[in-house]
Parts: sequence; structure tokens; C-alpha cells
Amino acid sequence: MIEWFDSNLVSILNGFAVGSLLFILAVGLSIVFGMMDVLNLAHGALFLVGAYLAWSLLSGGATWGGFLAALGIAALVGLLAGGVLSVMTEPLARRPILDQALLTLGVSLVVAEVLSIVYGNDALSVGAPPGLAESVSFLGRSYPAYRLALIGVGLVLAVVVYVVVERTSVGALVRASVADREMVSAMGIDNRKVKVAVLGIGSMLATVAGVLGAPVYGARPGLDDTILILALVVVVIGGLGSVKGAFIGALVIGQVESLGRALLPDLASFILFGTLALVLVLRPRGLFGPRKLAGT
Amino acid sequence: MESIVADSPASAGRPGGGRRPSALLRAVPAVVVLVLLAAAPFVLAPFATTVLGRILVFALFAVSLDLLVGVTGLPSLGHAAYFGVGAYTAGIVAINVTSEGVVLVLVAALAGAVAAAATGWLAVRSSGVFFLMLTLAVGEIVYQLSTTLDSVTGGSNGLYGIPAVRVGGTALTLAGYVYWFVLAVFVLGFAAVWLVSRSPVGGALRGIRDNEPRMRSLGYSPFRYKYAAFVIAGAVAGVAGGLFAVQVRLVTPSEAGFTTGALALLAVILGGAGSLWGPVLGAAVVVLVRDALGPTLEGHGPLVLGIVFVLAVYLLPRGFAGLAGVSAAVRRRRSRRTP
Repeated sequence: MIEWFDSNLVSILNGFAVGSLLFILAVGLSIVFGMMDVLNLAHGALFLVGAYLAWSLLSGGATWGGFLAALGIAALVGLLAGGVLSVMTEPLARRPILDQALLTLGVSLVVAEVLSIVYGNDALSVGAPPGLAESVSFLGRSYPAYRLALIGVGLVLAVVVYVVVERTSVGALVRASVADREMVSAMGIDNRKVKVAVLGIGSMLATVAGVLGAPVYGARPGLDDTILILALVVVVIGGLGSVKGAFIGALVIGQVESLGRALLPDLASFILFGTLALVLVLRPRGLFGPRKLAGT
Repeated sequence: MESIVADSPASAGRPGGGRRPSALLRAVPAVVVLVLLAAAPFVLAPFATTVLGRILVFALFAVSLDLLVGVTGLPSLGHAAYFGVGAYTAGIVAINVTSEGVVLVLVAALAGAVAAAATGWLAVRSSGVFFLMLTLAVGEIVYQLSTTLDSVTGGSNGLYGIPAVRVGGTALTLAGYVYWFVLAVFVLGFAAVWLVSRSPVGGALRGIRDNEPRMRSLGYSPFRYKYAAFVIAGAVAGVAGGLFAVQVRLVTPSEAGFTTGALALLAVILGGAGSLWGPVLGAAVVVLVRDALGPTLEGHGPLVLGIVFVLAVYLLPRGFAGLAGVSAAVRRRRSRRTP
């Protein structure tokens, strides 16, 4: 057992790194859908925007200044993009959920195509900031320092999001909106403002995750779809609108993606779908989903 | 909302025999279109004929998706999976066994149906956004399989060297003959979906789309009907994939990919979900923009399609079929205005 653990340590750590990235992505997607019934299929495209942004600022040589600037710009771009998406989906608020999902799907096609016009179709790689670019020794194995840092960032963000959602008045509003949005607006809270804020923060998390993920995944066309699907699987497994669910789901899918691929490379896709299937058969609303889902 | 309308007296008498003259009249445009399509190779240049053939292939795929999206109310983002399965199966059979057209179409249909039966059993138990995500996941898995199973699918290089399709032992090498083969299968496939949609099963599917609890209380099993629709749609998508392999003679993983499924959904939405003929027009727009207009846009046809997609969601909630004013959707709207 110890030996098995030791020989697969790198895969397990990779799984945690992927998991923390997926958590940052999925928590935005999950809360946006749970609160606002907007399934944002442009989430993956926003991730890719962040990744290309990181490449633009770091391709000349990875510096902390460039990395932090990329994070800051990505956060701003994400907030703006969320605002735009919120305005764009507003006229469709009374139409079926599918129409809003289709709108964001169209937006994601446009964004992905614009990115391929600007950056070309080659896969670009991004270096980690200095100090994190090397490998360090961890439990007797050498492991990239950046990925360890990524795991740390993911954990810190998970704690921050958890505390905000569970312990503050803003979080109470989030939870109330997931449970019963109409009641929240009946109590005098302007639904549209909440939507702009939620979509803005959700999109910001996606672009920031893109920058954070760039040293691991790089930036290439098609990465947006891969990431979107992983994030959606996390959200479905965890349950819509649940922070705890997104966290557990991201950890599980991170391991499936990394350890599963390392141990059973041919079956990894089936394991991914199998995990999803198993959860949905046993708990149709996800592990931590709401008992009753409004609007379906 | 729709369920109330469906119960109104105006639409309740629709399936009756009193509509026969207008049904005959409505068959006229279909026959005219069919004659024009059949005559196309005599008039058009070979390249244009090939583009038209591609439109028919994609149209059949879009029609199969419309059976799910429009008729049954199950929006699938992973329908390209069954298209891809059909295309690969037909390609592999053509290379290794026989390239007899009838055989290729049948194995493609079977493969699509089996794949849909295996995955749909789970997918149709969910609804709404969960269905969207599950189908997305299925589509991605088939896509990843087609890139990783190099020995079977040729990996990311694609499956090439597919021989020309044969009918009765004769290889069809001219573009016009291939086109007629595609047209014939398209007509059969479209007719099959149309008959399902017009049958009592189709009525039950619409009922489930509009008001599932009510259909359940009437004694229908929504799962069984949805599952049947899913398998039929998978089989027809498989046939469309088989036609793709026959026509293009190269199958790449992107045929089973997310973008193919998204574009098919665009064709359905653009044409008008539930009308069956609308998605054919939608498919024509998609293929024309991507293949015919693509080269003049330096390969950035998807950009135009994305913009069309966004505009269509806003401006054409019922697609071309809504504009034409003859779709069931519009008839229903009229009956709402004059109760």
C-alpha cells in the first residue's frame, strides 16, 4: 500500500493540482447556475482568454511582475466579460434555460475563433514565475514547485469561498438565491444587480483560473472545450449551487483525470463517464445538490 | 404554457382526416424540392454538387437531432457522438469488409443505435440542464476515444483510404452518382423521422415535451418513449455519419467533436426546432458558411457561424420555420390569438 502510494505520488499530486484548478473554475460555474439559472457555456472560453493573456505577458520571460499583471488584467477582463454576459442574457431571462445556454455557446464559438485568429492554431507553452519554475523534493520525489503552489492556492481559495458563502451576509444572499430566487427578489433585492455581480465574479474566477493554469496546460485551441466539460462534470457530480459539492467533485475528477490516466490510460474517459453515471444514478441531483431544483 | 395550448379545440382536431386536401397541397412543395434536388447534378458543377451533398448529410444529422430537441424536448450537445460512431463504423467496414452502399448505411444505423442505446439509458433519465451536460460528456468521451484508439480510428490523422461506395457491385466514382446515393438515403432517413414524428409515438413525445407529469398520469411511460426517441435519433445520426464517410471518404475525430454537435444544434435552432424541414434549411446555411464561404473568410467561417448563432437566439426564437408561418408552432400561436 505504502509502495503503491509512493510510486504513484506524482500522479496523485498532479490530481490535486488539476483538482484545485477545476475547483476554481467549477465553483463559478456552479454558483452562476445555482443562483441565476444561467448555464454559462462560455466558461471554458473565458479560461482560454486567461491562458492566452498569461502567454502574452509571460512569453518574453516569466517574471513575477508579468504573472501578477496577468492575474490582475485577467480578473478585470473576467469581471467585464461577466457584466457583458449578464446584459446579453437579460432579454432571454423569461425564455427557457436552453436559450441562455445556447447564447453562451454562440459567444464561446466567437471568442474561441477570435483567439485563434489573434494567436494562431499552435499550442503555446507558458513558463512558471521565477522561484516556482524548478522542481522541489516532496516526500522523496521531485515535483514541480508551481503545481504545489497551485494546490495551495486552490485550498486557500476554497477556504475563502467557503467562509464567504457560509459565514457572511453576502453568502447568505447567495444561499438564499440558490434555494428560492423569487422569494429573494420579493424581499426587495434587485435580481439584476445580483446577476451582474454573480456572473462577474464567476467569469473572473474562470479567467484567473486560465492564468493560473497556463504554466500547466499552456494555451491552445480546443482547450476551452476540454476544460468546460471537466468543469461541467465537476458541477454535475457536486450538485448545482453547492460550494462543498464543487470542492469534492473537483478533487474526485482531478484524481480521475490524473491517477486514472496514469494507471489505466485506455479507460480514463470511461472512468470519467462512469463516475458521472454512478453519481447520477445514485444521487440524480449530485452529491450536494438541492433537494428540488427550480426551473426543471 | 404550451400544454394548455395543445389542449385547445383548435389544435385538438389536427390529426383527423378532414385535413387531407391541405395535406396533399402541402406535399406539393416537398415534391418540387425533391425533383429540383434530383436534377441538381445535371445543372450544377461537380464542386457545387458535392457541397449540396454535404448539405444533405449534415441536414439528415440535424433532422435526427431535431427529433430529440424539437419533438421530444431533449436538448443534446453530444449528438455528434452517434454521427461519429456511424462515420467510423461505415469507414472501417468499407475498408475491411465491403463498400456496398446498403451494407454501409445499415451498419452505420446499427452502430448509431447501439451507441445511443448504451448511453441513452442513463441520459434520458435526467432532464433539462443535466441532460445537456450528460450528452456533452458522452460526446467528449467518443471524441477522446476517436483520438486515442489509433489502431482502429487512425487517431488524429483520421481514417483515410475509404474506398468508393458500391451499389450492386459497381463503384460510384462520379460525384453525381455519389450525390444521388446520398440523396436517396437522405430522403429515406428524413421520411423515417417524419413518420415517427407524425405517428402516435410522435404525439406522445410532444406530450412528454409539453407536460411530462400529465403524460405520466395518463399512463404513458416517459422513460420508454424518450429512450425510443433517443435510440431512433442515434440510428439516424449514425446513418448521416455513414453518408459522411461515403461522401468525404475521410473521417477525423472532429466529426464526433463538440463543434460538430454545436453546429448541428445551431442548424436546428436556426431552422426552427420541431419542424423537421426547418433544420434542413439551417444545415444548408451552416454548411454554406463553413465550406463554401469559409475559404473567402480565410478559414474563419466558425466566427460567422458564432455570430449567426448569437443573433439567431435573439431574433429567431422559432427559427426559419417561425418566419415561414406554416409551422406547427405558428399555427398554435394563431389558435392562441383566436380562442
